[in-house]
Amino acid sequence: MPVIKDVVCTFCGCLCDDLEVTVEDNKITKVGKACKLGRAKTMGMFLHERIEKPMIRKNGKDSELEECSYDEAITKAAEILVAAKRPISYGWCSTSCEAIEKAVVLAEETGSLFDSTANVCHGPSALATQEKGAPSCSLGTAKNYADLIIFWGCNPVHAHPRHQTRYSTMAKGAFTPNGKKDKKMVVVDPRNTDTAKKADLLLQLKPGTDYVLIEALRAIVNGHEDVLPDEIAGLPKAKVLELAEMCKASKFGIIYFGMGITQTRGRYKSGDNVSSLLSDLNQTNKFVMIGMRGHYNVTGFGQVAAWEAGFPMAIDFSRGSAYYNPGETGTNDVLMRREVDAFITGAADPGAHFPQESIKHLYKIPAIQVDGYANPTTEFSDVVIPAAIAGVECDGTAYRMDGQPIRMKKLIETTFKTDEEILTEIIAKVRELKGKGGA
Amino acid sequence: MIGTILISARTIDQGATLEEKTSQAYFDAAAYCELSESNLKALGVSIDQNVKVATAHGTVVVPAKIDARLPDDIVFIPMGPWANAIVDPDTCGCGMPGFKGVPATVEPTTDPVLNMKELMATYKE
Ligand code: SF4
Repeated sequence: MPVIKDVVCTFCGCLCDDLEVTVEDNKITKVGKACKLGRAKTMGMFLHERIEKPMIRKNGKDSELEECSYDEAITKAAEILVAAKRPISYGWCSTSCEAIEKAVVLAEETGSLFDSTANVCHGPSALATQEKGAPSCSLGTAKNYADLIIFWGCNPVHAHPRHQTRYSTMAKGAFTPNGKKDKKMVVVDPRNTDTAKKADLLLQLKPGTDYVLIEALRAIVNGHEDVLPDEIAGLPKAKVLELAEMCKASKFGIIYFGMGITQTRGRYKSGDNVSSLLSDLNQTNKFVMIGMRGHYNVTGFGQVAAWEAGFPMAIDFSRGSAYYNPGETGTNDVLMRREVDAFITGAADPGAHFPQESIKHLYKIPAIQVDGYANPTTEFSDVVIPAAIAGVECDGTAYRMDGQPIRMKKLIETTFKTDEEILTEIIAKVRELKGKGGA
Repeated sequence: MIGTILISARTIDQGATLEEKTSQAYFDAAAYCELSESNLKALGVSIDQNVKVATAHGTVVVPAKIDARLPDDIVFIPMGPWANAIVDPDTCGCGMPGFKGVPATVEPTTDPVLNMKELMATYKE
């Protein structure tokens, strides 16, 4: 039975590259080594329904989606984008860098806003990095060196299930040969999460007080613990002192941070303050930080957008050159301001992951969806274009959460067009409609 | 009715059903809220009974579950359409809506839980 080894999992930002996938008659029958998320992702098309045909709504949002050809759907998509005054392109994070590159070209060609799923994920981390920097390292270095691992506002047991065994707390490294025994693990979270069960220390702070806690740690590290009150962020001062002591005692510390930092009060200022804390700690110790990226290639979006247009997300191409100001040009901001008049999304599901107010506007404007599976976004989409699943049905490049590029494999044949092909055809059609000739 | 703070986040079942969002499995994984044991008692609600979770931004009906380790001041809903019906859309000028830390109330209800398509249809204005 043909087993493909070293397959890259295309679910989360861990991009585990050791999966063993059994393929029989162009069907995936077994996925070895993956976690529950990776198995569901890699075998998905054999476990549940997918979008089989391109579809169009002919008479507005109340009419049914009707099957059509790829050509018709692509033409309709191009017509919508060309007719729009203020279009926006969003998503493109569960796909290859090659497709993202085409999405940049389409956005530029149509004078669109252009944004990634970081808008509802690690966008504030990008802002924090731009404000203060983000001392980092590869997950390989982290595995081999780190003896203090802090999960701040993230829950890898649920969101990145193999992170701890492959890269962090359970992994045996060159300088931590006994794995967990050689490492200390801390969880900072308002919930006593499943990740916290194995932690040496849990700081169960009050929701929304992350900034306060980081600030208190900075005060202690800088020798000013006397100014702190007895209770900090809902925690006894002694617990905060304990964490500060663990930080000071470590040889190589790492803060893995998640939505608990980016989505709560303080937003990017909390990430910015994590960076300041590391700067303080790095006077005497070695400390780094890595954002726990969700979509497997959201890091790649940031890379591609930055090398193509100079900014990692929330880019506005309407001025003829790239403009960036996330609180103004971020997807949810422009939707809430009812500013955009056409929407294209791919490899993301804003219908499931945007707040109610943003979705209300998506029901009012023409929307195009490029995806392998039906989801809440399909509910308001006027054009639905089915796509091959990157990393399963086509190859390509993705960036791991630590910024390492990894080549994804093609495992099976498909008749679906890839995101890259779909975007290339939409670009050609847009150029044709604008009288610029084909690609 | 109890006053609490809403937090939404990934769970492994929600993640494993992400690409089958029209399925019962996704509904089961994303349409519920977790409360502490004492909050469940205070509300007089048993597991799987429906509650109405309300914030300044909307209301949503979901079945109640228990997380014995959850503090009393938190109600948890997995990330997805049901949580997002009531999260804070304000980005505070930095692009990111408030998916966590939203003041919320919880009360028992006999109203039904909307499925994904029904919930999305409420956004047609
Ligand atoms: S940890 Fe992430 S990348 Fe690794 S197998 Fe699980 S879902 Fe895939």
